[in-house]
Amino acid sequence: MDTEIPQVIDAELHETFFRKWLNVLGPFLGLIAVVVLFAAITGSPEKYLSPFNIRIVLSQTVIVAISAIGMTVVIISGGIDLAVGSTIALAGVVTALTINAGLNPVLAVLAGTAVGGIVGFVNGSVISRLRVVPFIATLGMLGIARGTAKWAANQQPVDVSATWVNNLVVTFPDPPWLLLAPGIWIAIVLAVLMAMVLRNTVFGRRVFAIGSNEAAARACGISTDKLKIWIYSLAGIFFGIAGVMQMSRLRQGDPTVAAGTELDVIAAVVIGGGSLSGGQGTILGSMIGALIMAFLRNGCQQMGWANYVQEIIIGAIIITAVAIDRIRRSKT
Amino acid sequence: MPVVDLRDITKRFGQTVALAGVDVSLNEGEVHALIGENGAGKSTLMNVISGGVRQDSGSMALHGKPYSPSDPLDARKNGIALIHQELSLAPHLSVAENIMMGVEDSRFGWLDRQAIESRAGVLLSNFEHTGIRPNMPVGKLSPAAQQVVEICRALAANAKIVLMDEPTSSLQREDVGHLFSLIRKLAADGISVIYISHFLEEVREIADTFTVLRDGKSVSAGNINDVTDSFLISQMVGRAVDNLYPKRPPYSGKPETVLKVKELGLQPALQSATLELRRGEIFGIAGLMGAGRTEMARAIFGIDKPNSGTITVKSRAMAARGGQPALRLSQGLGYLSEDRKGEGLALKLSIADNVTITRYGPCSRFGWLDQAKQRRVSTELMQTLDIRVKSSEQPVQTLSGGNQQKVAIARLLHQQADILLLDEPTRGIDIGSKAMIYETIAELADQGKAILLISSYLPELFGMCDRLAVMTRGRLSPARPIDEWTPELVLEKAIGSGDGDSLENTHGH
Repeated sequence: MDTEIPQVIDAELHETFFRKWLNVLGPFLGLIAVVVLFAAITGSPEKYLSPFNIRIVLSQTVIVAISAIGMTVVIISGGIDLAVGSTIALAGVVTALTINAGLNPVLAVLAGTAVGGIVGFVNGSVISRLRVVPFIATLGMLGIARGTAKWAANQQPVDVSATWVNNLVVTFPDPPWLLLAPGIWIAIVLAVLMAMVLRNTVFGRRVFAIGSNEAAARACGISTDKLKIWIYSLAGIFFGIAGVMQMSRLRQGDPTVAAGTELDVIAAVVIGGGSLSGGQGTILGSMIGALIMAFLRNGCQQMGWANYVQEIIIGAIIITAVAIDRIRRSKT
Repeated sequence: MPVVDLRDITKRFGQTVALAGVDVSLNEGEVHALIGENGAGKSTLMNVISGGVRQDSGSMALHGKPYSPSDPLDARKNGIALIHQELSLAPHLSVAENIMMGVEDSRFGWLDRQAIESRAGVLLSNFEHTGIRPNMPVGKLSPAAQQVVEICRALAANAKIVLMDEPTSSLQREDVGHLFSLIRKLAADGISVIYISHFLEEVREIADTFTVLRDGKSVSAGNINDVTDSFLISQMVGRAVDNLYPKRPPYSGKPETVLKVKELGLQPALQSATLELRRGEIFGIAGLMGAGRTEMARAIFGIDKPNSGTITVKSRAMAARGGQPALRLSQGLGYLSEDRKGEGLALKLSIADNVTITRYGPCSRFGWLDQAKQRRVSTELMQTLDIRVKSSEQPVQTLSGGNQQKVAIARLLHQQADILLLDEPTRGIDIGSKAMIYETIAELADQGKAILLISSYLPELFGMCDRLAVMTRGRLSPARPIDEWTPELVLEKAIGSGDGDSLENTHGH
């Protein structure tokens, strides 16, 4: 008896290569479509696409984009984190309080980031040790983190004394040769770094493994509990950094800020090709997803449309993106 | 010295005794079959050996040294690999990443992709399939190729003992041969294999030695060639099973035609199927996997929309495309899916819910469910079909495969279906449940129901059917009485006239 196995034909391989690109290309084409559409209907493409406006859009994207990096990791692993907005608020409040306490702003930024990491660590621990499903665990944390932020801030925004932290996401950076605000550069560096970690590290591949087939990962001796704690802690660190950016933007630690941001962040990841059932998603895709939503919001503002119009359009876009994805997949 | 030596292993889960004294021992390079009905304790024993579960008492030794794994990783480090019943690969990752999962080469956490791919390549080359390359996504491979990846994964951790839990249940029949040659290759390299299966033919073909488990005890062991099948069966069930297939007298009622299918097509899987099904008969459909048999059943029941053909149910003719499952149900059709877990049963719901779901009528009043009635109805059916569980409240997912299948059959009985489309009703279940299901099918035919039986298992078709037709690449042959067929004839027809490309067309969906 021979050991030959039915061969996978080469055409199929090429197809998967092509498909891989299509996964990123799809959102990218969506982004171009949104930009072109609004450039046309605002009637003044030179204004919509001016360096000034693009800077504004990018600054507006920073918070969602940095959060989406963390969320991408969580979603690839087959999880979800609903506490993003509250974590951002809590991290912002902690950063502001630390600065006002007279500590070095560097320490304040680290403190804000660390608070995010701690929230994530608790999420991961509850999910893996207490076996609470991620949706519920982070839904609970959504309230806990928000409440803690309000408590810490004494229920009102914490005005912060002027330091370099306040200039992280300004529209015109100082020095001007930076071209873009430091926060934008930080987001880009973090995105590239995380993309490499996901592609090239043992940790990264295990994130995919656990999302693709958790039972298989466990059977292979991967400690899925520890891995989940790492994943949520890491994501929390990203939400913490986003919280620092949020504080910088408002120049105050507002405990009520960023309510509902988690939905924007999840939408960015999903528009970018992430699958809520796990095993799938890219950082590049999520970044494009975040940009699509930012350009859309900005375009609607330029058109003078009411906020509710934006909300309806963004809702429709999320459904369309996922529907297109489903149709594409069902054709395999 | 035996490679593995288990002595008097016991394990209980709460009230249930899973293992009540098991001895197993096997030598280097030996293929050892672990035979037993579902619920006999085979899977628990596998979990004990592979570190998933710790035994209550008894001792294990590997190569003469005491062995007690703390977790699956520890077992893996000790050279033990478990290959699960269901393929357990990560479809989004590459072949190499799956093979090396858990033991990836890395430097300071960064993946050494080259080393991983080349090591995976070496393992794959053991099996001489140039078809699988390390950088392919696993989700794209055929099930047979995926099994190769699983075996390579076992070897990647330097496994010396490979445990296979019903490895053929996720394979198409023609791929079983490939698997067996892999197992022989492993054994020739000095690796010991513990092979769990229900199929005695399979066991006989691949195993050297055997242990029979019954009710958590090892009841007999020895060389497989020293014993007969009927001996093994009697050991498994604890009584003699003289004939698996019940004898039926010819149908005494009027053989009225109740289902007429004409030139049914659902391209590309199903080209054309024509058949007539009568009351009181069991009509068999043979064919290779992927030949279009399941597609035909689904098209008849209206789950998938056919492109062409007409279907006449009890003299009401209509274009086949107009069928909907709801319509077919009301016409008295019942469908048993081959995919028990995927679409046959609602696994998290109770037995009672699963049994009554197609016909709530008798258990409800003005839309309100009478749960006591639901329980009563299902408990009766559980007794009829000998489903031995604590209560009808139990979620279906806690049952063994055989009992799950009986629940699916019980649903058809409760539905009082008149025309039954049964797709692989006995695949992957234990012999006791099989006998029960055969008996039930025969009884239904006696009552004047019409039964379409799709099966890949020829002895079953020959044992049960009155007439038989063969599906070959989407085309259904004319039906002939069963005594005009021989197994050779069926196989010849199923493979098609001479050209062998039917084997390659079976993967992909």
